[in-house]
Amino acid sequence: MGLKKPKIKSIKYEEFQDNESLEKMAAELNANGVNVILGAVDDVINWGRANSPWSLTFATSCCGIEFMAIGAARYDMARFGFEVTRPSPRQADLIMVCGTITHRMAPVLKRLYDQMAEPKYVVAVGGCAVGGGPFTKSYHVVQGVDKIIPVDVYLPGCPPRPEAFLYSMMQLQRKIKLQKFLGGVNRKEKKQK
Amino acid sequence: MDLKKRILEIAPETQFVEQGDIKAIVPSSSFYALAKKLKEDEDTSFDFLLSLTGMDFGDSLGVIYHLESTKYGHTCVLQTSTTNRENPELYSVCDLWKTANFNEREVYDFFGIRFINHPDMRRLFLRDEWNGYPFRKDYDMESNPLNMTNEVTEDKTTELTIDAEGKVIEKENTLFDDKEYVINIGPQHPSTHGVLRFRTSLQGEIIKKIEPYCGYIHRGIEKMNESLTYPQTLALTDRLDYLSAHQNRHALCMLIEKALGVEIPERVQYIRTIMDELQRIDSHILFYSCLAMDMGAITPFTYGFRDREMILDIFEQTTGGRLIQNYNVIGGVQADIHPDFVNSVKKFIPYFRNILKEYHDIFTGNVIVHQRLKGVGVLSKEDAISFGTTGGTGRASGWACDTRKRKPYAMYDKVDFKEIVYTEGDSFARYMVRMDEMLESMKIIEQLIDNIPEGAYQVKMKPIIKVPEGSYFTSVESSRGEFGVFLESKGDKYPYRLKYRSTGLPLVAAVDTITKGGKIADLIAIGGTLDYVIPDIDR
Ligand code: SF4
Repeated sequence: MGLKKPKIKSIKYEEFQDNESLEKMAAELNANGVNVILGAVDDVINWGRANSPWSLTFATSCCGIEFMAIGAARYDMARFGFEVTRPSPRQADLIMVCGTITHRMAPVLKRLYDQMAEPKYVVAVGGCAVGGGPFTKSYHVVQGVDKIIPVDVYLPGCPPRPEAFLYSMMQLQRKIKLQKFLGGVNRKEKKQK
Repeated sequence: MDLKKRILEIAPETQFVEQGDIKAIVPSSSFYALAKKLKEDEDTSFDFLLSLTGMDFGDSLGVIYHLESTKYGHTCVLQTSTTNRENPELYSVCDLWKTANFNEREVYDFFGIRFINHPDMRRLFLRDEWNGYPFRKDYDMESNPLNMTNEVTEDKTTELTIDAEGKVIEKENTLFDDKEYVINIGPQHPSTHGVLRFRTSLQGEIIKKIEPYCGYIHRGIEKMNESLTYPQTLALTDRLDYLSAHQNRHALCMLIEKALGVEIPERVQYIRTIMDELQRIDSHILFYSCLAMDMGAITPFTYGFRDREMILDIFEQTTGGRLIQNYNVIGGVQADIHPDFVNSVKKFIPYFRNILKEYHDIFTGNVIVHQRLKGVGVLSKEDAISFGTTGGTGRASGWACDTRKRKPYAMYDKVDFKEIVYTEGDSFARYMVRMDEMLESMKIIEQLIDNIPEGAYQVKMKPIIKVPEGSYFTSVESSRGEFGVFLESKGDKYPYRLKYRSTGLPLVAAVDTITKGGKIADLIAIGGTLDYVIPDIDR
């Protein structure tokens, strides 16, 4: 047995983009073989994690308002298990970086990221977080958060539509489902002589 | 009263320039005396400093002041400049108008002009270790690479004073001394409504002093404008205060149209006014939702957002955008209204009028709300004017400051609506002003929606827009106060300087005054009722 294709119940697998890179990830993780029991436990853990990522309430500007909108009645991100947001980074699994990151904010964001417990994920929301957005010429804007922290999912738009928010969250869920916490690459490495 | 004559009496060397708006150019040596006279004399009483703009004139630096009298309604524009660029120094006016305190710090931050007698000459938006002053024309854009070290917050600040021999000397002032108990709130805090940071000195539960720190979302929009053509600058206005996207853009379009002398079709005026009012309702619903959430009530939040979606649908139908619509353009609007627009608006208004009662039932009448808002965070009318806290906050303190009434634009002089003014000045009044304003907005829309005249939705403009030389100022009533745009043009296709009068900066400047002596727990509710949007403060 091995890691399976990361499926989401409500949407067909083929309708997602970027399946190739996820399949590549799965193949790499499966290359060393997977222990039957540990693999099954991994599946359970991944299932749980993928369906309840708690995000940090982190919004610096416009995109944050759209993030609030998907938390509210019409778009209701609770359907995907995302409804819990945490003001403290120590209780959060994920940062949705909503909005422009400026030079003054950058060390703060880095510190918040460092304070989060593993495993942690980052979604860069909006043109600003992806690559500076409309402010590429500014002297005080970081040109993309991937300059300071690793990003898992990029979500373009200015601001992205709520549907796009949900799509990015599902992509993240699929990525979470492709992880091995017990066996494989995460196994404690033997000390090299 | 002849203002020109008055100014010449006090400062005879003053020159008047009439390019765009009339501007009085005052030598820096007599500026402070003139400002003091203009403010204190009974017949001038310029008690409201609307805007304070730093300028780089090339060979010198300077400041432009927009003054207004709340008593007579007259206005004037003063300009003064330093004698050189190496040691730029001017006299501070922060003892005359409280709003000058933060504004002068902003000018120091951007242009390096140091103000004599200002008690707190620190940078406002940028980090203390920042090299150079970004708004000077000779600033090197590459001179400040990203600095990832954590910031160290200083408890000391400098003041410049004049000693007995007339020399400028530096003095050290203390913000917080070692014995004080200072807690830090923000920039990552869910209840500061964005990335604002307060350092709060406490005595038990009582707030002794609050020091706001801005700049965590300073995006340098005004500087960027100087290298963008006029139509390009429009895009950034929506991102300032995204809950006043329409109104902000309306202000800039109006300013450029005024400068060019373009006549705008009536249809456009109708559409713009309706859109502005829809935006206002949208923003006030969000205000209601967030205030309730800050105070721990979740249901009003879901109610508010449910109804806000209906407005966003109307926006989306016509403009294609939900939050940021990019709808106004110079000379009109981007596209004609959707065929269903009138219908959807007419469906929304009776629905919302009904629902508003529900809002009041669920939240306004609640005894907890009364206890947490009534009599808390009082701002007096004098302070409101001195700080320039326009919008709902000013009107809650009894200051009739609605730009739609004071300087009518678009359709506002042809519709009948009431300016909501409360006199208590507390959090509850600030809350009620906004709740009542939604009713007035609906009234305005109802008067217009059925009579939108036929006609063009846009005037054809030249592909390259050049604004004639001069300085211009226009303001609109955005969702949270008077949003002004100041333009200094040299006749190019790029603005020489484009400055936005932030609606939120005066609110943040006033936080210390409002909360002093209050409880720390009330800070959150007070912040909620002030209703600031941080990207608009930092720009
Ligand atoms: S991407 Fe656009 S909407 Fe989002 S924060 Fe940046 S400017 Fe605002």
